[in-house]
Amino acid sequence: MPDASALAAQVFTGLVIGGILVLLAIGLSLIFGLMTVVNFAHGSFYMLGAYFGVFLLGLTGNFWLSLVLTPLMVGTIGVLVERFLIRRLYGRSIDDPLLLTFALSLVMVETVRLVWGRIGLALDPPRVLAGAADLGFMYFPVYRLFVIAVTAAVLVGLWLFLHRTSVGLIIRAGSRDALMTRALGVDLGRIWLLVFAIGTGIAGLAGILAGPMRGVYAEMGVTIVIECFVVVVVGGMGSLLGAVLSGLLIGQVVGLTTFFAPKLAEIAVFIVMAVVLLVRPSGLFGEAGLME
Amino acid sequence: MRVSLRSAAAWVAAHPILCFVAFFAVFPFLVPYKALATQVLIFGLFALGFNLLYGYTGLLSFGHAAYYGLGAYGTGIALAKLQVGSLWGGLAAGLALAGLGGAVIGFFCLRRRGIYFAMLTLAFAQLLYFIGFHLAEVTGGDDGLRGIPLHPLTLPGVSVPLDAVLPFYYFTLVLVALAFAGLKRILDSPFGTVLQAIRENPARATACGYDVNRVKWLSFVFSAVFCGLAGALDALRLSVVPIESLFWTTSGQVVMMTLLGGAGTFFGPFVGAATFLVLEDRLAVFTESWPLVIGGIFVLFVLFLPRGIWGTLTGGLHGR
Repeated sequence: MPDASALAAQVFTGLVIGGILVLLAIGLSLIFGLMTVVNFAHGSFYMLGAYFGVFLLGLTGNFWLSLVLTPLMVGTIGVLVERFLIRRLYGRSIDDPLLLTFALSLVMVETVRLVWGRIGLALDPPRVLAGAADLGFMYFPVYRLFVIAVTAAVLVGLWLFLHRTSVGLIIRAGSRDALMTRALGVDLGRIWLLVFAIGTGIAGLAGILAGPMRGVYAEMGVTIVIECFVVVVVGGMGSLLGAVLSGLLIGQVVGLTTFFAPKLAEIAVFIVMAVVLLVRPSGLFGEAGLME
Repeated sequence: MRVSLRSAAAWVAAHPILCFVAFFAVFPFLVPYKALATQVLIFGLFALGFNLLYGYTGLLSFGHAAYYGLGAYGTGIALAKLQVGSLWGGLAAGLALAGLGGAVIGFFCLRRRGIYFAMLTLAFAQLLYFIGFHLAEVTGGDDGLRGIPLHPLTLPGVSVPLDAVLPFYYFTLVLVALAFAGLKRILDSPFGTVLQAIRENPARATACGYDVNRVKWLSFVFSAVFCGLAGALDALRLSVVPIESLFWTTSGQVVMMTLLGGAGTFFGPFVGAATFLVLEDRLAVFTESWPLVIGGIFVLFVLFLPRGIWGTLTGGLHGR
């Protein structure tokens, strides 16, 4: 019989895994909802975030500063990619942006290997966040609690942005009906840039957050983008609530199967996906509007 | 120049199988080394299978490593683990496994349309990769499946050893040419016409009374069998099945080959496979970062040459 505190620790670990997945999946979902672009390179922006984190930490020696600058840098690259590459493909087949971003992810992975080498790097969390905290019923690494807190803060911030600002209103309107939003005189081109920047920026943040837990290596992005695809299929693409809940669900599935049957951890995710597809083909939260 | 190229291409299009066999009969003597020619044939066949689904049915799969890998493992396991004593038995096992995999995974993936389809095919291929990885007693796991024997080719009355490069190349050529003729037969049939109708306008095909989902599923299974044959032949060529055959990078390669050559064109997959493999072979001499160059070229193709090399040369009917 596995003891209860180890199980509780695993539930928290699942929460951390889920948190990282949620950060990636909401960006993926937001970009898809507004632009119908499936960004295969989303995982590579995550990977880029981790490498920029290592780079900035080495440069400044300040983790907090790196944590703020990394998403900005990754988001800037996201803006360039949207403006100069993806924008040329609007109006073409929905498959074309996927093909383009797939090739882009190869280019990004290989460029990172050229710049930082083929061997993985380590990213150290600041001393304040080292060690374990006593939660009463178990000990848990402080850094992982910090990751959970940041994830929650980002989600709340994003919700407030989408629901309490006029730009957020335009984003929601644009993902409901782009044509009508344009007809009302909104320049959606700038909104696309903004949403791509936000999505890739959050992916970069997820990368620097995950770095200290999982190490930093060039291939880290592709494995996780496939898991994110599972998350959005299970949650329902374009639904942010779906992405959040299904990301947390997949996190728990990984966490708990790692605990009970480690060999099945990677496989369990896909089994959940197959079951959801059989029972609810449109995902747990359908494919209705952005905020359903 | 362009006009004569076009008329040449038109003649080629009128006699595809003849031209195919004639060209590939001398192909080993045109490439830097003969083993590369075998690789081009096998990956061309893999891309041909992918092209049936993407180029002709309009379904973008990002998980075709699954059927290539299933074909390879099916043949490999039959010959190396189950001690099947004949070449044909081994190949049949690979085709059966790939077809079965295509039937099951196709059923699941076709429950979702559009862009979900690409993500689902990728996810299921990754599932097979992890299964192959952990089921080491059967698949060899991380080390790959080793020690696949290459039995002689047995036909009534004759037995030909295949262990040299050229005999194996021509054996492969015969099978690939048969597959090529098979694809032509499929595309020229009423079924093939329905496939292309679905690519152009699924709603209209449905309105015409076709069972669109069943046709898509059948196309998926056919595609899987072609790719399975490619995998099976590659297992024989290498006498080992590396675990990477099931990895997403393999799926990505076949996507790139097909689009470089020209999706929805008859020769495109082989043009693409040859371009990709020769490029890879040449670039790898100079730099370890050859995927950077190939990825960059592919970006340019998606942006500026979506019809691919063969599609652009022949002015294909549609711009995919």
